[in-house]
Amino acid sequence: MTDKIEGEGDDAKMVSDKVDTGKGVLFPVALVVVAGGTLLGISALRGMDRPPVVGVQRGFRGTAMDQIYNPRTINALASQLKIPKSLPPASPDGIKAAVAYKNVQVLKNLSVAQFTRLMVSLTNWVAPKQGCAYCHNVANMAWDGLYTKVVARRMIQMTQNINQNWQSHVQNVGVTCYTCHGGNPVPKNIWFNSPGQIAATGAAETQTAMAHPSGVINDSSLPYDPFTPYLEQASDIRVQGTTALPTDNLHSIKQTEGTYALMIHFGQALGVNCTYCHNTESFGDWSRSSPARVNAWYGIRMVRDVNNAYMNSLHDVFPAYRKGELGDNAKVNCTTCHQGLFKPLYGVSMVQTFPELRTTQTAVLASATPSAAPTLAEAPAAPPMQPAGPTPATAPHS
Amino acid sequence: MAMLSFEGKYRVRGGTLVGGDLFDFWWGPFYVGFFGVTTVFFSLLGTLLILYGASLGHTWNVWRINIAPPDLSYGLAFAPIKEGGLWQAITICAIGAFCSWALRQVEISRKLGMGYHVPFAFSVAIFAYVALEVIRPVLMGSWGYAFPYGILSHLDWVSNTGYQYLHFHYNPAHMLAVSFFFTTTLALSLHGSLVLSAANPAKGEAMKTAEHENTFFRDIIGYSIGTLGIHRLGLFLALSAGFWSAICIIISGPFWTAGWPAWWGWWLNLPIWK
Repeated sequence: MTDKIEGEGDDAKMVSDKVDTGKGVLFPVALVVVAGGTLLGISALRGMDRPPVVGVQRGFRGTAMDQIYNPRTINALASQLKIPKSLPPASPDGIKAAVAYKNVQVLKNLSVAQFTRLMVSLTNWVAPKQGCAYCHNVANMAWDGLYTKVVARRMIQMTQNINQNWQSHVQNVGVTCYTCHGGNPVPKNIWFNSPGQIAATGAAETQTAMAHPSGVINDSSLPYDPFTPYLEQASDIRVQGTTALPTDNLHSIKQTEGTYALMIHFGQALGVNCTYCHNTESFGDWSRSSPARVNAWYGIRMVRDVNNAYMNSLHDVFPAYRKGELGDNAKVNCTTCHQGLFKPLYGVSMVQTFPELRTTQTAVLASATPSAAPTLAEAPAAPPMQPAGPTPATAPHS
Repeated sequence: MAMLSFEGKYRVRGGTLVGGDLFDFWWGPFYVGFFGVTTVFFSLLGTLLILYGASLGHTWNVWRINIAPPDLSYGLAFAPIKEGGLWQAITICAIGAFCSWALRQVEISRKLGMGYHVPFAFSVAIFAYVALEVIRPVLMGSWGYAFPYGILSHLDWVSNTGYQYLHFHYNPAHMLAVSFFFTTTLALSLHGSLVLSAANPAKGEAMKTAEHENTFFRDIIGYSIGTLGIHRLGLFLALSAGFWSAICIIISGPFWTAGWPAWWGWWLNLPIWK
């Protein structure tokens, strides 16, 4: 025993002798390594959270189907959220908009008062700084020469379509222009087809549109454009096999990574983790998933409908400077409406006070009404609302 | 039970931490000691509680028995026995049993006049367990964050907890832990194969010595850590694996609530290439 310890002492001495000979180099090297490591460590730990955290349990106890939040982050998000008050309801009586104004194609059977109220609200929601002139030639309000006016008309139809035909996703909460626009002429969260990277294909393929970190995929190295295949096209999202052994599931790892990227986008968009919809014990099993997954399933279809039937229908309307690198028009994803919240605007339903946005019938009813009354063709050159300019106190970001 | 010829040499009195001579005896080949008694007490009680919990459940299928922690709403309070209280009692028993066993190892180490390597190593395993069932839940404010007791149910917990952070492989401490686990198996398989090769020479050849072993690795990779060194390295790698496992789950939740991939923003934002 004693002998051994002495032996170890000799070894240690030999080692320290060796170190001494190299001391001149080792010390500065060690200094640089330690200093560099410390700097890296500090920058790595700076953005981290700390207790207390809050959790929302969404499954049987012990299944870990919990949403975990930093309350400080949540409070900051909530304090940024501004929901404009609706203008007081307008009377449905009186002359209809289609009669009063020229070139009203969608909101025909609203009364002039209702029509005006909606136009003012729309300005507050979408172009509070730019005012009426963002879409209208104020000398001739009926003129369709500004692309923004044509887009706005189609977007009203889209809003009506979402509220009427996609209740499976938006339920009774519904959407208004403000849900996505939030006071911005162009919603903050839109996307374009990714031009991708120049890369070899076939047997030499090394890069699969991955490893270029992007916030929409939580900075992971998953495919950075999960939108084109799944939210514009309808590529297969379900890649998981349904049998214990891989008998007939031909989905590739690449497809799986695409799905994973899309799912991470969902999580980013809603500020939730995977267990909000899935029990990861079996992702594909509906009986073990949360009810939110059904809602998400309809949401995927709704977004495809919005992108193809509405956004892409405006392709020739948008000017070049509103288009992406590939010349495609802007499109929506989950973040466009949700903006990091599990329910857009935390579930506040602005559309309750705008019944005209809840139905696509505004035009049909009007056309059913014979327009025998003389159209006031010349009348609305000057609109009944205030002229272009900053709009009233209900502006969301005053 | 017959003693081995050299066992008497090690059956020495003293070295106990508590209780003096009270439990300082052997039962057959097993040293008892105060902590042997507490180990048996906690293990028996805990096991019986698990059986009771299983009897309350819907299955006796050993894979699917599940004794879950309380709902998050109970926070750090005691829960009713059938709504997680049982889990709390079993956890107390488990920690009592594990710690008793470690302290019994300390007493045996003292009797043998050896270092505390064995109880220290086992303590790292206990730390990993306590990190999961006590430290993290306490930091997050509820016992409900701990894993349930059940062969499949605790695996489901692992899966869901990982997906709470979108992609757990981006957890830096998890990366370290996994690397250490793999390195442990690599190092100890290299060691095991080396020893077996040296100890089982071809028919007619003499058994090889440590010098042969050193020479073999010096030839292959230019270095041999040596017969003592490999065990130190193996211990370091194995304990590091357990230690970083504990760290990787302690930071998930209390110190990071988003997806783990986004944690690497600091790297992406280094001024060198930002």
